[in-house]
Amino acid sequence: MKTSRRDFLQKTALFTGVFTLGFDWFSADASAMEVVGSAGRFNAFLSIDSLGKVILYSPNPEIGQGIKTAFPVVVAEELDVDWAQVQVEQANLDTKLFERQLTGGSGALKHSWERLRKAGATVRKMMMQAAADQWKVDVSTCKTAKGVVLGPAGQKATYGSLAEAAAKLPVPTEVTFKDRKDYKIIGSRVKGVDNKNVITGKPLFGIDIRKPGMVFAQIVRPPFGATLKSFSADDVKKMPGIIDVVSFKNKVAIVGENTYAILQARASLRCDYGSDAPLESTETHQKWFDEGMKSDKAQVMRKDGDFTAAIATATKVIEATYECPFISHSPMEPMNFFADVKSDSVLLAGPTQVPQPAQKAVSDLLKIPSDKIQVEISKMGGGFGRRLSNDFVLEAAELSSIIKKPVLVMWTREDDMTGGTYRPAVRYHFKAGIDASGNIVAFYLRGVGLNAGNSTRQDNFPVGAIENVLIESIDQKSAVTTGPWRAPITNFLGFAEQAFLDEVAEAAGKDPIQMRLALLDRVKTKPVGKITYEPARFEEVIKQVAEKSQWKKKPGVHQGFSVYYSHLSYVAQVAEVKVENGKPKVTKVTAVTDCGEVVNLSGAENQVKGAIIDGMGHAMFAKLNFQAGVASPNNFNTYRMIRGNEVPVIDAHFVNNGIAPTGLGEPALPPTGGSIANAIYAATKKRHYKQPFS
Amino acid sequence: MAINCTVNKKKVSLDIDPNTPLLWALRDHLSLLGTKYGCGIAQCGACTVWVNGEPMRSCVLPISAVSNAQITTIEGLDPAGKHPVQQAWDELDVPQCGYCQAGQIMTAAGLLKNNPHPTDQEIIDGMSGNICRCGTYHRIQEAVKLASKKIKK
Repeated sequence: MKTSRRDFLQKTALFTGVFTLGFDWFSADASAMEVVGSAGRFNAFLSIDSLGKVILYSPNPEIGQGIKTAFPVVVAEELDVDWAQVQVEQANLDTKLFERQLTGGSGALKHSWERLRKAGATVRKMMMQAAADQWKVDVSTCKTAKGVVLGPAGQKATYGSLAEAAAKLPVPTEVTFKDRKDYKIIGSRVKGVDNKNVITGKPLFGIDIRKPGMVFAQIVRPPFGATLKSFSADDVKKMPGIIDVVSFKNKVAIVGENTYAILQARASLRCDYGSDAPLESTETHQKWFDEGMKSDKAQVMRKDGDFTAAIATATKVIEATYECPFISHSPMEPMNFFADVKSDSVLLAGPTQVPQPAQKAVSDLLKIPSDKIQVEISKMGGGFGRRLSNDFVLEAAELSSIIKKPVLVMWTREDDMTGGTYRPAVRYHFKAGIDASGNIVAFYLRGVGLNAGNSTRQDNFPVGAIENVLIESIDQKSAVTTGPWRAPITNFLGFAEQAFLDEVAEAAGKDPIQMRLALLDRVKTKPVGKITYEPARFEEVIKQVAEKSQWKKKPGVHQGFSVYYSHLSYVAQVAEVKVENGKPKVTKVTAVTDCGEVVNLSGAENQVKGAIIDGMGHAMFAKLNFQAGVASPNNFNTYRMIRGNEVPVIDAHFVNNGIAPTGLGEPALPPTGGSIANAIYAATKKRHYKQPFS
Repeated sequence: MAINCTVNKKKVSLDIDPNTPLLWALRDHLSLLGTKYGCGIAQCGACTVWVNGEPMRSCVLPISAVSNAQITTIEGLDPAGKHPVQQAWDELDVPQCGYCQAGQIMTAAGLLKNNPHPTDQEIIDGMSGNICRCGTYHRIQEAVKLASKKIKK
């Protein structure tokens, strides 16, 4: 840590002021947040008071990925305290203290692993020094255990008793970390720190925010691409419980005293829309895909060797086209946000994965400096990428600035499902040429995405193992808004690629696992061009999943294999399918994950199982159609979510090799559609090229 | 005319539109925020509460239908979190985002009240009306089993 003594004092002073406000608006125990004298905040991540209370601050937004538990686990391990001793608090946005206060890209642990360890180890060293000074012994003769410093002659001093003295010491610049064999908390099963509040129904989420003087609002949004021409608000304004009806940016906001009053008013609101260009439909999107596939304007993302020449020499050519629709994120907690805009300051509160960009966006919109905009981060009822977009934050802020009231804007499920920033719709075309011995000599991929950016991942496997490669991308602009959706791009590219490689293996007469291993062997000896993955780590998850799933050793069970590298982690899967009453049923998925060090085994299993269920559910059921710029379906009665009676057994294993931890919120999702589709093929000889399967 | 009912053993009087769904009466008028909105059309189960001891979807239940009824929400199941279902949920670390879990817990506790020792299939069937977007389904099913064990035969 580069924290200097002066910084520390400044930060302590800062936090004495800020943290007594607390993050939890309802059950805030102000005294629990107070920093006791100078023996309080040691650094951004932790404080210890003279009574021995250890508070660990988790800066990153919690969307169900378990970061609020995982971060403190790392600090507590190096601090060497008993987990039962610690209290965990969500830190609000503080750009001075924290560098990456966001949730996205499965990047939090990768980014913060060293910082968290240092935060804990530094304070542990200060505690030992304080004790050594007190006992007049050399610090190297002292040890720690469970929040107590142990001296050479059997002396004992708790961290609490040492806190005040320790806080006056210079902050050490060099610290040593624990050997991982001595870990007591890291790698164990640690329960979610919010469990107690969740199971007793505490108001933790954005939708639960209540502030003095607050009003409620819902916003009626136009079809994609349409403009608001007029709306009839006079009758609506007279309805009971309605405070105001205002319009901004083609939207109409109904402000009211309670949710039901607003819901009723909405039913009476009439909005007329127009548009300069024809509004988009699913047919429009299909036409764009067709055109994109024929276009000569593709951007070349990667070129190794000479694909065109090589494919001409191939003894067999395999081609396939894959396609996925726009889908909604549909977190169980629909979008919502609280804003209280005053003339020279703003309070924002609610579920955002990106508090700092939210602050910046509101600052730009309202021309109020960022340092006058406070952001409170609530727990989130799921995110899946949806809360990386700031549209709903900006709406709340703009509405509050218009009505000059603190307001909670709530989206109904229908608003949430039709309101955009979807997973982009994408079509892929793959082509592979194999020689007489079944080796892939040429590989081609074109992705055509609708507001997808680069819909390929041009440096990912099997690239690096093939001499002649051409990868192209076309991004077609659409009025339908898109955004990152759990494992952006790879959530479908992973399926398409792994399904295609299965087809290639079959055409080459090779076992799909052996084919991958042979390709990786090639990468290990002489990679072609730039690669982003480590072939040895790829190989390990493949070998382990083959063993754990008893690949091809289970008579009567149809298996499908896939493996994918994303967010710096590696996941191999084998899915099993049985045919029941003539229909394929996914009965089991075995997954082996290399995400480096497993910080919290319970949380890690949750992420892997959850991502597999997510991947399977969306591959099987999810689809939005468009007609005149409007998405349908708009609720769970017709937009099918996977349910508890449809999930296979999931056997989740971890390589747990001690490498610095990498992402886990997303990586288990991309291989899922592929392992399942390949198992369905093994069972039925029917290949899936489109999602959803059903 | 006000609707009178009992919520978590407290008598309440709701002088609001009798068509108001119980969910919004609880959340907006009684400040009981534990019961969650998920879909508004009785499809996801996030809003599950007990009406006279039976799990019901509060998002489609007008308060006119709960006159004189005994209503139990997640806040009233056991405020200390000691109900066997709550304990099992914590022990097996069920929640991910946690948003749907109040509805899951009220459904599970209702299931076990009527059938304290369900078979695996009864658990799967009994819980499949509740959506969990994070996919905590396995742990939900295991936790119902664990809670069932905690309820003495």
